[in-house]
Amino acid sequence: MNLRTPMGRVRGLGSARNGTEEFWLQRMTAIAGIPLTLAGLFLVISLTGRSYPGVKQILGSPLVAVLMMLFILANVIHMKIGIKVVIEDYVYNKNQKFTLLILNTFFAWAIGLACAFAILKISFGV
Amino acid sequence: MAEAAQAPSKRPLSPHLQVYRLTLSMLMSGLHRITGLCLVAGMMLLTWWLLAAAAGQNAYATFEAFSTSWIGRLILFGFSWAALHHLLGGLRYLLWDLSIWIDNEEREWLIRANIIGSILCTVLLWVILFLSGMR
Repeated sequence: MNLRTPMGRVRGLGSARNGTEEFWLQRMTAIAGIPLTLAGLFLVISLTGRSYPGVKQILGSPLVAVLMMLFILANVIHMKIGIKVVIEDYVYNKNQKFTLLILNTFFAWAIGLACAFAILKISFGV
Repeated sequence: MAEAAQAPSKRPLSPHLQVYRLTLSMLMSGLHRITGLCLVAGMMLLTWWLLAAAAGQNAYATFEAFSTSWIGRLILFGFSWAALHHLLGGLRYLLWDLSIWIDNEEREWLIRANIIGSILCTVLLWVILFLSGMR
């Protein structure tokens, strides 16, 4: 017989209070991604045909650099949650699932930090 | 613990995909995931591009050698379509989250608009890229 209250059991397993956090975050980053992707497309079009110094100069300008960082931030979070959901849906083996979830976290941080570092380096010109 | 790990395979499965009539919205739901996963590869390409631009002339030339090759072009073309398809698909799901255009007929034309829109936008993008002097 289990003497724990339903609320207590629910809390122990992860409560309903934050169960929609990723659902909400996925939609927030999706909404943010729309104008940022359109800005990204505009950037790619304006960079087309330019030589390396020209590309570097445009990428390093403050507005472009900030927009790029926002683009990376929104999309890396969106990507991390998206891959997580796919892993949770299709990988049934517990060990494989947790290994992949850990790798997914590492991957998202690596991509995010590498892109942010590159943008800052270009922007600061070091 | 060992029993618990094996349990899912021994339990009867509830009927899922095979009992439903195949609809376009089902396929598009799958395609939304698939294009999303393709964009992961796209993010890796984006990372390569940015790191190459940060690293210097030689690294950037290596990236350009890839991006201007026929296989690179093909991958970037596919990436651009996946991105636009996922973007428009995401917009569709945001509308549906708000119960907009989700009635029987509305959702069918919205799905078709998603497919046609993503193809048209991709073609338009590459026409613009060619016109703006793509090498």
